[in-house]
Amino acid sequence: MNIRNALLVLLIFSVKPTFLAAQVYFTKNGSVSFFSKTILENITATNNETISILNSQTGEIQFSLLNNGFHFPKAKMEEDFNEDYMESEKYPRSTFKGIISDINKIDFNNDGTWAVTVTGDLQIHGITKTISVPGKISIINGKINAAATFTVPIKDYNIKIPSIVSNKISEKITISVNCLYQKK
Amino acid sequence: MRFVKITAIIFLYLIIFPAKIFAQDTSNLINQLENESVKNRTFYAAATFKTTRIVDGQSVESLPKKVLDVRISHRFGPVSSGIYNLFGLDNATMRLGFDYGINNNLMIGVGHSTYQKTYDAFLKFRILRQSTGTVNMPLSVSFVPVIAVNTLKQFDSLKTNFNDRISMVYQLLIARKFSENLALQIMPTLIHADKISFNHVDQTIFAVGIGGRQRLSKRVNLNAEYYYQLPGTKAPGSHNVFSFGVDIGTGGHVFQLDFTNSAGLTEKSFISETTGRWDKSNIMFGFNISRVFQLGKKNK
Repeated sequence: MNIRNALLVLLIFSVKPTFLAAQVYFTKNGSVSFFSKTILENITATNNETISILNSQTGEIQFSLLNNGFHFPKAKMEEDFNEDYMESEKYPRSTFKGIISDINKIDFNNDGTWAVTVTGDLQIHGITKTISVPGKISIINGKINAAATFTVPIKDYNIKIPSIVSNKISEKITISVNCLYQKK
Repeated sequence: MRFVKITAIIFLYLIIFPAKIFAQDTSNLINQLENESVKNRTFYAAATFKTTRIVDGQSVESLPKKVLDVRISHRFGPVSSGIYNLFGLDNATMRLGFDYGINNNLMIGVGHSTYQKTYDAFLKFRILRQSTGTVNMPLSVSFVPVIAVNTLKQFDSLKTNFNDRISMVYQLLIARKFSENLALQIMPTLIHADKISFNHVDQTIFAVGIGGRQRLSKRVNLNAEYYYQLPGTKAPGSHNVFSFGVDIGTGGHVFQLDFTNSAGLTEKSFISETTGRWDKSNIMFGFNISRVFQLGKKNK
């Protein structure tokens, strides 16, 4: 009897992790970059320490990054970005929590590329907005790669651009995401 | 038997509600990854002051690596000179300076000031940097040595040699950013004055400065600084300098509009040789313009 109980417990605790582990993928060094393009100045910055997880069963996809992990070609720009625009001390992270709506059409066992739609909550500067953006899931040599490019208006996230620099910073920022996942 | 039943129920639950468990699992996982990502990181206090100066004097802020800062500082004449001089606007002293970040902990600067035709040069070493995270440091500390040369022509009856024209200033800058809005700094200062600029009793002057920054809005700061010369070393006729101003950052440029009782723009001049008095409205309006240039690529 005791042996049977023990076996059942063992079964449950051994089944659960393997059962889940098959579908959750993650990365700690995903890349998120953004571009601001105006006639006077092009600004670009990249964060290569983006955390992301992807559940191939449910289509859940999440991103989380530290705002002060964005690196700019100009050091003073980085300081202004964190101090004056993102207020990184108050709002250290930007996140996205969403669902890949058409996850079922992806064949995770074979190489290929699928266009998908991701819908979810984007949180920047303490403000959450629901967005829906097109993305791409690729399976390359059995590894999952997720990529998307989309545009967000700065004012949606209550980030104010003073008029004195308004011709140097675009009102719409293009965000590019690229993550290569590994199995959990 | 009861135990078997319970385990069977748990097992069924696992099969029936897998999505719920996934959801928990993903949010746990993201939290776990987020915690891991900040575990071995140090977060440095950024922009304790907006520029490398509070008003006239040095702030604990240093230029990042490979950044050139071109600074133009103007001080008009005393407001007390009246309407004839348009409250000082007819006269001006200025300093043109070039500062450069050699690495993130060392910057150098050179400048020329019209006041006593002074050439100056300084180094700023960062000793401690305020941070949280793996390294928890409550203060930022920098050390600044300044050398200045008064090149004003003397009357030929007074023969001076070059050494008499050199002054040295050593400053320790101790600062803390208390919040997003407030930063304070204390500056113990040792001055070795030159022999020709001012009638010093003692060539060696000790002073303690206190300065601060209060954010008024995202891009506007109120800055103020005061240097107290220790009574035993203070020269007769010299007054302690008090300056305040607002700085306005516009991305790349910082404009500072200041009021001060000092016409001099180098440390030795404004700390130990200020003759203006606030109570006699010998105050001067002035402005500093700082423009930064990134020279070469910043690596990480």
